[in-house]
Amino acid sequence: MNQIPLRQARRTLQIQVLRHNPVDPASEPHLQAFEVEEADAMTLFIALNEIREQQDPSLQFDFVCRAGICGSCGMIINGRPGLACRTLTRDLPERITLAPLPAFRLIGDLSVDTGTWMRGMSERLETWIHSEGLERVDIDTMEQVMEPELAEQIYELERCIECGCCVAACGTAQMREDFVGAVGLNQITRFRLDPRDERTDAEFYELVGNESGVFGCMTLLGCEDFCPKDLPLATQIAFLRRRMASTA
Amino acid sequence: MQIIYTDVLVIGGGLAGQRAAIGARRRGHDVIVLSLVPAKRSHSAAAQGGMQASLGNCFGAEGDNEDIHFADTVRGSDWGADQDVVRMFAHTAPKAIRELAAWGVPWNRVERGERQITVDGQKKTIAEPDAAHGLITSRNFGGTQKWRACYVSDGTGHAMLYTVSNQAIAANIPVHERMEALALIHAEGRCHGAIVRNLATGELLAYVAKATCMATGGFGRIYRVSTNAIINEGMGAAIALETGVATLGNMEAIQFHPTGIFPAGILVTEGCRGDGGLLLDASEHRFMPDYEPEKKELASRDVVSRRMEEHIAAGHGVKTRFGEHLWLDIRLLGADHINNKLREVKEICQYFLGVDPVRELIPVRPAQHYSMGGVRTNHRGESPQLQGLFAAGEAACWDMHGFNRLGGNSVAETVVAGMIVGDAIADYCDSTAGELTLSTSLVHEFGRRERARLASITGGGTESAFELTRLMQETMTAQVGIFRHSDRLEQAVATLQDLLRRSRNIGLRSNAPGPNPELVAAYRLQRMLKLALCVAYGALQRTESRGAHYRADYPRRDDLNWMRRTLARWPGEEAELPVLDYEALDIMRMELPPGWRGYGARDYIEHPDTASRQQQIEQILETLPGADRHARQQALMPFRHLLPEHLRRDNQRLGDDA
Repeated sequence: MNQIPLRQARRTLQIQVLRHNPVDPASEPHLQAFEVEEADAMTLFIALNEIREQQDPSLQFDFVCRAGICGSCGMIINGRPGLACRTLTRDLPERITLAPLPAFRLIGDLSVDTGTWMRGMSERLETWIHSEGLERVDIDTMEQVMEPELAEQIYELERCIECGCCVAACGTAQMREDFVGAVGLNQITRFRLDPRDERTDAEFYELVGNESGVFGCMTLLGCEDFCPKDLPLATQIAFLRRRMASTA
Repeated sequence: MQIIYTDVLVIGGGLAGQRAAIGARRRGHDVIVLSLVPAKRSHSAAAQGGMQASLGNCFGAEGDNEDIHFADTVRGSDWGADQDVVRMFAHTAPKAIRELAAWGVPWNRVERGERQITVDGQKKTIAEPDAAHGLITSRNFGGTQKWRACYVSDGTGHAMLYTVSNQAIAANIPVHERMEALALIHAEGRCHGAIVRNLATGELLAYVAKATCMATGGFGRIYRVSTNAIINEGMGAAIALETGVATLGNMEAIQFHPTGIFPAGILVTEGCRGDGGLLLDASEHRFMPDYEPEKKELASRDVVSRRMEEHIAAGHGVKTRFGEHLWLDIRLLGADHINNKLREVKEICQYFLGVDPVRELIPVRPAQHYSMGGVRTNHRGESPQLQGLFAAGEAACWDMHGFNRLGGNSVAETVVAGMIVGDAIADYCDSTAGELTLSTSLVHEFGRRERARLASITGGGTESAFELTRLMQETMTAQVGIFRHSDRLEQAVATLQDLLRRSRNIGLRSNAPGPNPELVAAYRLQRMLKLALCVAYGALQRTESRGAHYRADYPRRDDLNWMRRTLARWPGEEAELPVLDYEALDIMRMELPPGWRGYGARDYIEHPDTASRQQQIEQILETLPGADRHARQQALMPFRHLLPEHLRRDNQRLGDDA
């Protein structure tokens, strides 16, 4: 166990990337193939950087933390959305096809604009604590108590990294541009659970009690299947739907 | 070139930048935040184990207060820190955490009754009182006398960043994403905003502002092995340096974190050791008690990292094809604890190592982690040289960490600094000094200059930006690492100067319109090399060992000659070295004069002022029999007047009257 496991025969990976540079009028979307010698413990982060440094410096992709915590590198890996930085090539076949996440504006190649989408979702669903006098909260005296278990339950839902994999994996999101996605509905359940947020179910209903919200979900479960943080998204949506149905 | 006007331009969308933005916005000023990435992806999200604040609610934290937090931080800094700033910080940290609690951070809470903990390799049962139930709990971290790291599992930074980002959205603060500042617009000692490149389209634009705040984080990516996100290339510090006016403080003070996973360098939190995890060598021997009987695995990071490298050098490392490493053992904490309190650690081990830390050991080796240095500011975050320029967080050196930062103090610093600097920015905008006075011709002149610099890169040189970046990173890791020596540092400076010259002759293989990642790598490299030279040259000149700066050829801390902060200035575009200057730290003003840290080397060269100040302190305290701790502190080194008025009051703790 003091050695990172060695693969016996070295593979040459065939990495196909769906390429397009929207600011270049001459660019047409196309698949481009690259060959990469697989190394031990190679991730797609390492492979893509190697391609950019040695083969095609114009290749666009996004990595920030490269540790699976920031959500920047969501992409379609052999047909499934996932985080590229923590995808080991040894878990993939020799032929790997990479495409940008659908449902988000393309910046170029594998880079998409999740930021604008997520900010829009946040503004629409008001994903922050609504509390009277929050600006004048007394920070010199003891904090409000909270049940330890409740704090942990809130964190469970707060672990979302807004990577966009659930949106890319969602049937409704492909058909309805205004669908807030599992990411948005999860935020609502998170704030609804939080006693510091003074909004009522009726107010939450105003935000998600429609087809672009909780009633748009077709229960295809793609969100939960592909959530890199294993969030219980389908359960949360089902729960929220029952609450919202009884509120209506 | 489009010009965008605002009152306040915050460069950097992490915790420090967004909290400063909220502060300025609440005072009625228009604020725009620029960010390389969507703000919630900033590197603040990577803070795992906790935020230091002396709430004193739980077992291990009883009796904690600002005084102890202050002393721990100063000792951690190896007396390199500005003690006024450390006081301001320790006093404001409990307020910051309570503000975040109100804003929505789901801090882990104290649970009444008995529970099992792991201390020094042994299981132990402790009990929490009813009175503390539901208050914010905390865990043990290195270099502290109390359990002070308040946490949200091991996703503390993530929870904090999301909460603060959401509050910034609520305050309607625009974040202009995928924007990179290329140069500060400045004239006659006054900063007026920045020339900015849109990283989605490649276009240049100008942001003109009364006040500009640098909150761009650290510059770990000048090293090959770093826990830092790949965007941590120090561009904020670099463009401040390139003004030739603003200075960077203590750039040689670089922290190496003991537990980067090997070989990828991804961080696993100090909370692993704080919660009872151990460091083992190749023969699975727990070696830290041999070196550090007092604090063992929980000495400060500089000390633990040095001991680990020492132990590897003595032949006790685990040998692999990638090099040598040691083990982190958290198996003794148990599955339940790991699954609840160390879940990011578990995921990282699982995905990047194929290791289950519940059953297996984690390969670790120290990796570059934090930049104590940065844009030199005063205690309000203002650049003393360039009016209208502010800095906060890791990008700044106001200087609360000196030569070594304590774990959990940086994520605390981000929000505390945001609170203090946001207010200072608002004050500045409200003052007559803050009025906008520039002409648009100045803006266009700076715009033309940046356009020309970019054109010179695309002009057709022969060097590869990627190749030179690799050489810089390897040089820094090999020669400006944990153990430093004049021979290697001289070599490093020469290599970096050569790389700087070569970087002026970069050629691009790609001229694709739009962001052009190769162009980005090229212009960032030129700036990173200047930072690397500040680090290496500063390290060469500092002929002592202090905190994380360890000189094998000058192994002792030298208070006699080096109670000084390094200030680096870049004298001109053609220069190949920074100009170094030094500012003295006045022992006679210190609340805590230099001494032994309580761990690490006991041997240092004393300054004569230390004894005088110690004597003076004793005399002052003798005149205050029966005075409470606040009055005694006030008599030694008053600091509350330095804080914004609304942050000056005492912090209540369990058992205090409201």
